[in-house]
Amino acid sequence: MNKSVILGALTIAGLSAGAAAAATLDDVKERGKLNCGVTTGLVGFSAPDANGEWKGFDVAVCRAVAAAVLGDAMAVEFVPLTGKTRFTALAAGEIDVLARNTTWTLSRDVDLKFDFIGVNYYDGQGFMVPKELGVSSAKDLDGATVCIQTGTTTELNLADYFRANNISYEPVPIETNGEAQQQYLAGACDVYTTDASGLASTRATFEAPGDHMLLPEIVSKEPLGPLVRHGDNDWGDIVRWTLNALIAAEELGISSANINEMAESTTNPEVARLLGSEGNLGEMLGLSSDWAKNAILASGNYGEIFAKNIGEETPIGLARGLNAQWTNGGLLYSPPFR
Amino acid sequence: MSDTHAHSVAFVRETAIPPSPAPVNAAGPIKWMRDNLFATWANALLTVAALYFLYIVLAATLPWIVGGLWTTGSLAECREILQGKSAACFSVLTERWNQLLFGFKYPDELYWRPGLAFVLLFFAAAPVLFFDMPRKFLAFTVLYPFIAYWLIWGGSILSPIVALVGFSAGYVAYSKLVTRNFAAGFFGSVVAAFVVWFIGGYIVGAVASENPMLEAVPSRDLGGFMLNLMLGVTCVSLSIPLGIALALGRQSSMPLIKWICVIFIEFIRGVPLITLLFVASVMLAYFFPPEANVDLFLRVVIMITMFSSAYIAEVIRGGLAALPKGQYEAGDSLGLDYAQSMRLIILPQALKISIPGIVNIAVGLFKDTTLVSVISMFDLVGMIRGPILASTDWNGVYWELLGFAALLFFVVCYGISQYSQWLERRLATDHR
Repeated sequence: MNKSVILGALTIAGLSAGAAAAATLDDVKERGKLNCGVTTGLVGFSAPDANGEWKGFDVAVCRAVAAAVLGDAMAVEFVPLTGKTRFTALAAGEIDVLARNTTWTLSRDVDLKFDFIGVNYYDGQGFMVPKELGVSSAKDLDGATVCIQTGTTTELNLADYFRANNISYEPVPIETNGEAQQQYLAGACDVYTTDASGLASTRATFEAPGDHMLLPEIVSKEPLGPLVRHGDNDWGDIVRWTLNALIAAEELGISSANINEMAESTTNPEVARLLGSEGNLGEMLGLSSDWAKNAILASGNYGEIFAKNIGEETPIGLARGLNAQWTNGGLLYSPPFR
Repeated sequence: MSDTHAHSVAFVRETAIPPSPAPVNAAGPIKWMRDNLFATWANALLTVAALYFLYIVLAATLPWIVGGLWTTGSLAECREILQGKSAACFSVLTERWNQLLFGFKYPDELYWRPGLAFVLLFFAAAPVLFFDMPRKFLAFTVLYPFIAYWLIWGGSILSPIVALVGFSAGYVAYSKLVTRNFAAGFFGSVVAAFVVWFIGGYIVGAVASENPMLEAVPSRDLGGFMLNLMLGVTCVSLSIPLGIALALGRQSSMPLIKWICVIFIEFIRGVPLITLLFVASVMLAYFFPPEANVDLFLRVVIMITMFSSAYIAEVIRGGLAALPKGQYEAGDSLGLDYAQSMRLIILPQALKISIPGIVNIAVGLFKDTTLVSVISMFDLVGMIRGPILASTDWNGVYWELLGFAALLFFVVCYGISQYSQWLERRLATDHR
């Protein structure tokens, strides 16, 4: 009997797959809630606070999309996912958006049938060493023992980098970031390597963060961004342009503090189009005209979100670096709102 | 004869000397220490070494525990106050105790509901565990699952009532039909229960009010130690009857039943639990259409129950095999049918032999419930590894949190093991 239930379910799943692919927007509106996949916990990027409310850099993307679509930044059902469960949850339709510091790669985009809708954080693999080691560049690390998480792209990047520079190293394989902290502090390895943002947040938890430094070399590209299922381009557009709205808002000087004033009395036509006082951009997306305004009001523009969650004022203390606007020498560049 | 000496000795004692206390080194603590701690040179050396080891451990941990801070707002604050001194930062427990026990999404104002369900669990379990109690208390045990379900998940009271009515209908149908033959009783009860549930489902859907007496809490919001306890209690209590059925099925002379049981047991035992959990959380999502959201909690309960029932079946099979053949023949010669001889003669003895093994599996199963943290359910360990360590305030607190988790698990597992020892003494009928 069990078998026939599974077979029956398979048939139904097969039939409904075609129907479910389209019209995510209608599903979200009907449900009244956005299902957003986030990590089960990464300092600064997403974690529930003492009251169970989700906060963080990735969480802010979910809130902005919910605000743009439903007009309510709190109308989000957060689905915490591990590295192993994230892609199946998105493919199976359990979530509408995955904002879980996921690196944009060709195989994920093409082979796994997802659409990355942009980049909300440009990361790269870095190295952390104790200052007393007296090393100032990754090229001085010949013969060093390196703590590295197994089964990640960082492992492969590390091998590539050391081979390219013709220096040797001894890997100390570890399983989780928590274990890495303990091993590194206990002196089991000279160097700890993972994404630079992860290194910074790890260092922030040390008793004496000042005794450790990040080396200037960044040895890989890790563009982290939100993604949606392949096949519903209308929905992909909505998420893509919500992220772009947050980035453009910073560039145009729109913040959550002055947005109402800007919406009424701006002379800049692009600001007027973005905030819906002019034109019909919202209508084209199938949303209300104040969609971008709601998205920005949810937790501020890109710069505000960055500063609040992972910026230099927070314990994590990340500099903008590559994540500055293109006008400031960074890579953030939103296509025009026209 | 005695007269001859009566005048030749000066003094003859006529009463017994009152017992004098034993020499100091042959009684009391000193003797105990001499016997147990310093019996030989080797023992004495080992004792001293052990004492020194204890001293080192306690000297390191006691000040750490006693000097611990309980009221700060973050790890950074703890470090500021301690100024490099080594002491625990228990403030994380003060601030997040509710998340550790109930998960981070269970509504604060509803904590009394799982709390009450937990207290009632003792009343429900007592008649089963301590069978000297009056039998009529078992009525509450039968009702408990429905009460606990309603308390923890809330929602309309009609759903647990319909479930209960369905089971009762199944039982009535069984007792009516089983007199004719067992298969009729079995299938009749299943049909009756499903008919009631099907009709009841419609009635509940139509009648249930928008604002039920207890606010509904979805399964996704359950978490913390509550989730471990719920999974542990549900799966152990479901897997023992299932395990008995499987063990008997494996010994059955009907080839179909025998082979179904053998394949089930061998297949499940050949697969790691974590694989089954991944199937529950990841693969089943592909099989079912997106709308048919079979509750994740239910999926996990099914998988863990299947897993542990296969193990319990093998333990009970060991018990059955240990019984002398004469016991089976005795049952037959008394003219008992299969069900009667199993119920009255074989199983009571086989289960008694199996108690240590079953308890062993129950304890292991309870600890294995922490594995659900890998499929993003926030049980106690999942809460620690995920949300709490990922908060900017508490990243870096390991010993305090994991020590607390270890303490909670130890209390429960030690309790289970003490109970099983009592049970073995209570059931001991041999003369040793």
